[in-house]
Amino acid sequence: MNLVWKTVAAAFAASLMAGTAGAQDTIKIGVTQPLTGAFAASGNYVAQGAKLAEEEINKQGGVLGKKIQLVIEDNKSNPTEAVATAEKLISKDKVPVLMGAWSSTLTLAVMPKLMEYQVPMLVETSSSGKITTSGNPYIFRISPTSEMEAKAFAPMVKKFNIKKADFLATNNDFGLGASQEFQKMLKEQGVQIGAAETMDPKATDFSAQLAKIKASGADTLFVTTAVEQATLILRQAKEQQVKARIITTGGSVSPDQLIAQAGAAADGSYHLVFFTPWFPEAVKNPDIAVKFVGLWNAKGHNVGGLTEGFRGWDGLHTIVAAIAAAGKAEPEAIRAAMWNVKVKGINGDIAFIKQGPAGRESAQNVPSVYLVKIDGGKVVRQ
Amino acid sequence: MDPLLQHLLNALILGGTYALLGIGLTLIFGIMRVVNFAHGELYAFGAYMMYLWVMVLGANFYLALPLAVAMGVALGALVELVLLRRLQGADIDTTMLVMIGAWIALQNMEQLVWSGVAKSINTPFPSAPLVLGAVSVSWNRLFVFVVALALIAATYALINRTKIGKAMRATFQDRETAALMGVEIGRIHTFTFALGSGLAAAAGALLGPVFVVYPTMGDLASLKAFAIVILGGLGSIPGATVGGFILAFMEELGAGYISSGYRDAMGFLLIIAILLLKPTGLFAQKERIG
Repeated sequence: MNLVWKTVAAAFAASLMAGTAGAQDTIKIGVTQPLTGAFAASGNYVAQGAKLAEEEINKQGGVLGKKIQLVIEDNKSNPTEAVATAEKLISKDKVPVLMGAWSSTLTLAVMPKLMEYQVPMLVETSSSGKITTSGNPYIFRISPTSEMEAKAFAPMVKKFNIKKADFLATNNDFGLGASQEFQKMLKEQGVQIGAAETMDPKATDFSAQLAKIKASGADTLFVTTAVEQATLILRQAKEQQVKARIITTGGSVSPDQLIAQAGAAADGSYHLVFFTPWFPEAVKNPDIAVKFVGLWNAKGHNVGGLTEGFRGWDGLHTIVAAIAAAGKAEPEAIRAAMWNVKVKGINGDIAFIKQGPAGRESAQNVPSVYLVKIDGGKVVRQ
Repeated sequence: MDPLLQHLLNALILGGTYALLGIGLTLIFGIMRVVNFAHGELYAFGAYMMYLWVMVLGANFYLALPLAVAMGVALGALVELVLLRRLQGADIDTTMLVMIGAWIALQNMEQLVWSGVAKSINTPFPSAPLVLGAVSVSWNRLFVFVVALALIAATYALINRTKIGKAMRATFQDRETAALMGVEIGRIHTFTFALGSGLAAAAGALLGPVFVVYPTMGDLASLKAFAIVILGGLGSIPGATVGGFILAFMEELGAGYISSGYRDAMGFLLIIAILLLKPTGLFAQKERIG
C-alpha cells in the first residue's frame, strides 16, 4: 500500500472515529414514515410534527443532558422498504427506539424486526387491531385501534338514528379491520348492514362500488381510507347521487383538505379525527394544542396537515419521556420505562394499557376520538 | 332499484378514458416496440401541466387543455431525442431498463416540484350531475368521454389516412426498406413517440380534473394501459379502443355483481383468458418474428 492510500485510509478512520465521538453527544431516535409513494402527504406531515417536537425538546435542553437527533427514513409507502428502513435504523444508525410506520400494513411488516433486534417502536398512526393483539411486546401504540374508534362512535348511532349502514373500505389491514369493527358495533345495536364494499388502495374510480351502495338504500355510509381516496369518494358519491350520510374513520381524512379539494361535495360529511385544530381550546390539554398549532403555522406548514402532524409531536414526546425515565438510551431500558410514562399530549393524556396474549402483551394508549362535520365549507363540532 | 343501468353507463364513460390511455401506448409499445414504463408519467405530467395552467397561472380551462397536451408532446420528443435516439438497435432489455429509470426519475421529480399532497383542478362544469331518470353522470366525465372519442378517431385517421401515418407504418414494419424509400426514420421515431406521449398527457389533462393529481397517479394508469394494449393486440388502434371498453365493462360489472375486492383482478383474468385463446390479442395480425 503506498503512502497516499495509507494517508487516505488513516484520515477516513479518523473521520469515522470523530463521527462516533460526535454521535455520543446526541441521542438518536429512528423514524420510518412514507415520505414518497401513495401515503406521502400524510407521512411528511407526521415527520414535520416530529421535527417540531425535536426542536422544542432540544430548546429545553434535550434529555439526559444530551440533545436528541431524529433519523428519518422514507419507507416509500411500501412494506418491503419499511422493513429495510427499520433494519438500517437499528443496525447502522444504532437507534435505541423507533417511531413508525404510518399505515397498518407498513407497521405489521416492520414488527418481526422489532422482535429480532429487541428494539421498541412507538406506533403513531396505524389502527389495525392485529398490531397490538399479535403478541409483540415491543409495540407501543398511541393511536386508537379501529375497535376503540367504533366504541367511541357507538353513542352516535341512536343520535343519528342509523337503521342501515353501507361500508366502503380500502382493501388492506387498515380498511378491512375498521370495516369489521364498525360492522360488529352496529350489529350489536341492531343496525342492518347493507353493502360492504372494498377498493384497491390505489384505485381512483369507485363508480361500480357507489352504484351498488346507492342501490342498497342505506342511510349511512362508512368510509375507511386515506384522504386522497376519500376526496374522490365524496365527489363521485355526489355525481352518482348517493344520498346516504358519509362518515369517515381512521383520523387520516383531513377535513381541511377535503374542503379545499372536494368543495361542495364535502358538505354534510362527518369525520372521526383525533385532534381538532379548529378548536384547540376545547381539547384535553389546550395549552399544548395551542402551542403546537402556533409552531406549525410559524413554520408555514400546510394547515390541512395538522390532524396528521400532531401524531409525530405526541409520539416523540412519549419516546423522550420514556428515555428520561429510563435514565439511559438503551432499547431494553426504554421498553421497560415506556410502560410507566404519563405524557400530556395534544390528543390527551398518554399512558399505556396491556393488550394481546398474556406474557407477550403490546402496549396500547386510550386516546380521545372526536367527531366533526363539514358544514358550509367549515368544520363544526358534533 | 336495480343499479344495472348505472353500472352500464359508468362502464361506458370509464371505457372511453381507458381507450384513450390505451391508444397512446399502443403507438409506442405496439408499433415502436419500446416497453415504455414511463407512459404513466406522461399521464401524470399532463395532469400537472393542467394544474399549472389552470390553478397556478389562472388560464382558461379549455385553453389549458391543448397547452398541457403540447407540453406533453414536447416532453415526449425530448425523451425520444435524449434517451431513445441513442438506443436504436439496442436490445429490448436495455431500452426497458432505461425507461424504468425514466419512470422513477420523472415520478420523483414530480414529487420534488409539487410535493406529495394531492392537488385538485377546478372545472367550468356544474357540480350537479346530469340526471337521466334513474341514472346520473357528471358533466365533466361526459366531456372527457366525448373528447376521448374525438382524439381516438383523429389518431386513427392520422395513421391510416395521412402520408406521415403511412411513413410511420412503413418505418416500423421495415426500417431499412423505409429508409431506402426516402423516409426519414429518425424523425418518424421522434414523431411517433411524441404523439403517443401527447395522447398520454391528454388523458392526464382530461382526467386530472375528474380525479385528483398526485405524483404516483401514473402507476395505475401505466398498468391499465399495458393491459389494454395487450388485450387489444399490439399496435392496433381499434384493438386498444375495444380493449379499453372491455376492461371497463369487466371491472364495473365484476365489481357490481361479483366482488368489488376483485375489481382490478377481473380485467386481468379476462386478459389471461383472451391470451390463452388468441395469443396475439383481439385485433392484431399474426406477425413474423425475426
